[in-house]
Amino acid sequence: MRHLLSTGDLDRDQATLILDTATELAQVGDRSVKKLPTLRGRTVVNLFYEDSTRTRTSFELAAKRLSADVINFSAKGSSVSKGESLKDTALTLQAMGADGVVIRHSASGAAHRLSHWVDGSVLNAGDGTHEHPTQALLDAFTMRNRLGTLAGLRVAVVGDVLHSRVARSNVLLLTTLGAEVTLVAPPTLLPVSVGTWPCEVSYDLDAVLPKSDVVMMLRVQGERMNESFFPSVREYSRHYGLDGERLGRMPEHAIVMHPGPMVRGVEISAEVADSPRCTVTEQVANGVSLRMAVLYLLLGGS
Amino acid sequence: MPDNHGPYLIRGARPLGGDPVDLLLRDGTVAQIGNDLEVPEGVQVVDAEGLIALPGLVDLHTHLREPGREDAETVETGSRSAAMGGFTAVHAMANTHPVADTAGVVEQVWHLGREIGLCDVRPVGAVTVGLAGAQLSEIGAMADSAAQVRVFSDDGKCVSDALLMRRALEYAKAFDGVVAQHAQEPRLTEGAQMNEGCVSDRLGLPGWPAVAEEAIIARDCLLAQHVGSRLHVCHVSTKGSVDIIRWAKERGCDVTAEVTPHHLLLTDELVEGYDPIYKVNPPLRTEEDVLALREGLADGTIDVVATDHAPHPVEAKETEWSNAAMGMVGLETALAVVQRTMVDTGLLTWEQVADRMSAAPARIGRLDGHGRGLSESGPANVVLYDPAAPVDVDGTAMVTKSSNTPFRGMTLPGQVRATFLRGVPTVLEGKNA
Ligand SMILES: [Zn+2]
Repeated sequence: MRHLLSTGDLDRDQATLILDTATELAQVGDRSVKKLPTLRGRTVVNLFYEDSTRTRTSFELAAKRLSADVINFSAKGSSVSKGESLKDTALTLQAMGADGVVIRHSASGAAHRLSHWVDGSVLNAGDGTHEHPTQALLDAFTMRNRLGTLAGLRVAVVGDVLHSRVARSNVLLLTTLGAEVTLVAPPTLLPVSVGTWPCEVSYDLDAVLPKSDVVMMLRVQGERMNESFFPSVREYSRHYGLDGERLGRMPEHAIVMHPGPMVRGVEISAEVADSPRCTVTEQVANGVSLRMAVLYLLLGGS
Repeated sequence: MPDNHGPYLIRGARPLGGDPVDLLLRDGTVAQIGNDLEVPEGVQVVDAEGLIALPGLVDLHTHLREPGREDAETVETGSRSAAMGGFTAVHAMANTHPVADTAGVVEQVWHLGREIGLCDVRPVGAVTVGLAGAQLSEIGAMADSAAQVRVFSDDGKCVSDALLMRRALEYAKAFDGVVAQHAQEPRLTEGAQMNEGCVSDRLGLPGWPAVAEEAIIARDCLLAQHVGSRLHVCHVSTKGSVDIIRWAKERGCDVTAEVTPHHLLLTDELVEGYDPIYKVNPPLRTEEDVLALREGLADGTIDVVATDHAPHPVEAKETEWSNAAMGMVGLETALAVVQRTMVDTGLLTWEQVADRMSAAPARIGRLDGHGRGLSESGPANVVLYDPAAPVDVDGTAMVTKSSNTPFRGMTLPGQVRATFLRGVPTVLEGKNA
């Protein structure tokens, strides 16, 4: 594994190795000295073209816990915002000797492009509406921690699948790991060829909830209403929002996940967001361990 | 070019793929066709054994970028590129800077083409002022100008307003003009990046549905028939479009259509690596579409092959997919791609290739002196093509100013060896003469 661009590139063994490694590394976080010397002398560049303090901080913390040197190359206030092309930025990073580049970009495929222009490992931290592999991996990690296994797990992914990189990465990864995914959304927010994806599709959240072990809520942007994806935010949350009543219809062991940031009152009610069955903060904590695992596996080899 | 005006004796070429004959080109015409012609005094002999002779090719759709984007192509480099591809006439689209929406701009382009003299450059006039889709441009003035514009198009943009399209179709009739529509429903393609389907959904790129093309074609065919005008459909790319055009022709609509070489060969699977070299408008479609396009070209539903030659500088393609420019160069590979997709597959004879790439486009563009076939006393516009000379495509080795060829790295089956424009070689031995 040289880059992590898509969860579709991972086979079952590779994905499991990442999760197992994350489990081991999670124990580091519990120690008083939280640092491992593994990536000492290695340089990791965080190249963020989109504002995402959460994801950037998570990667930064992960790299630092492995003793890597971290450079934050954010779009704002750098040559990037002055119109420098991705290729020129790549050549700059190359010249700096970056061993790994973590890229977040609004264009689908930006991480793929970058991987052709640098020698180091490229880690896709979210590209447009394509993929967000480490999010899916940390989601799978969280599910495994909470529910013990992924094989046969019934996972409902609810919301704006069409524009969601989290959904794409999750469908591919969870299927590889043996879970059964059902996408739940109004037809306007599903890709036209979703019937060819390795998952089930439903327009009816209430029908899916009782048969779900995991319900993953995706963020829905209110602006979608203006593009006629749905008539109103109220109608959306009436059909696809998760509130306390719906939570009650889920099996007792079932958990609620959300990649964050949540829009309370749209796809998730405050009551559900604050319930102990909601794993949002746990996902954040797991994100660091999982990203440590990925950095370790990509860059740790001699 | 003082000493290459000929005459030329082409020895042993196979006209339209038939039996070998000699052709004598003199004073701009094919003076004599026959076996073992004598070599008159002062005649230069071109050995054409094994080569296929076709009438000079005519392209209904190129972007020569001048005026305005001379960094990508000029009329001169575009003419060279055309000659290398076996073309003796090309239509230059109107989406230049400034837009070719006045007699002044079309005459400028036309004059440039004449001065360079490597290929007849026929400017296309914009249908609407500034391609803005709001107000008809001076179609009559462009038709009456020295450039004698007969093809009008907002190519790059669709004339999406149904009433404006109706008026354009009606108005152009007075000048024997044709409206060439870039069929793309704008609302259905806002932000669209590639063909909408399995691949776009997987890649997370906003999709460009086939219906956005097909709906406009269906509407325009009905409009053209209603007002009794000629309609030409640019770069047809979907199976549904072929079906609609076939249906429209059956019911008597005066519609013609073109397909590009890249849509005859390439599919959207190529987008998988996000390399914008494959980004084009209309987008690469599916295998099913490719096969339907070939079938449509074979049965005459699609009348012509047009390249939609669209040069772009390197930086316009060496970027993220969504920031990259749409378009591909195509003049120098067109004939070889048609051989591979249509001739080698048994779908077209060379005679039919001459129709689709010379006679039919000349007829649609109302182009005198081109597309008249190879006959005695006909114009000496001739291309000699070697169908058994495989070439590894390399954009940087092309004569176009740009190098954005999607066939890069592929092996195509043949090469143009010589092109004659009115008896004067523009290409000899595979090089610009
Ligand atoms: Zn066009």
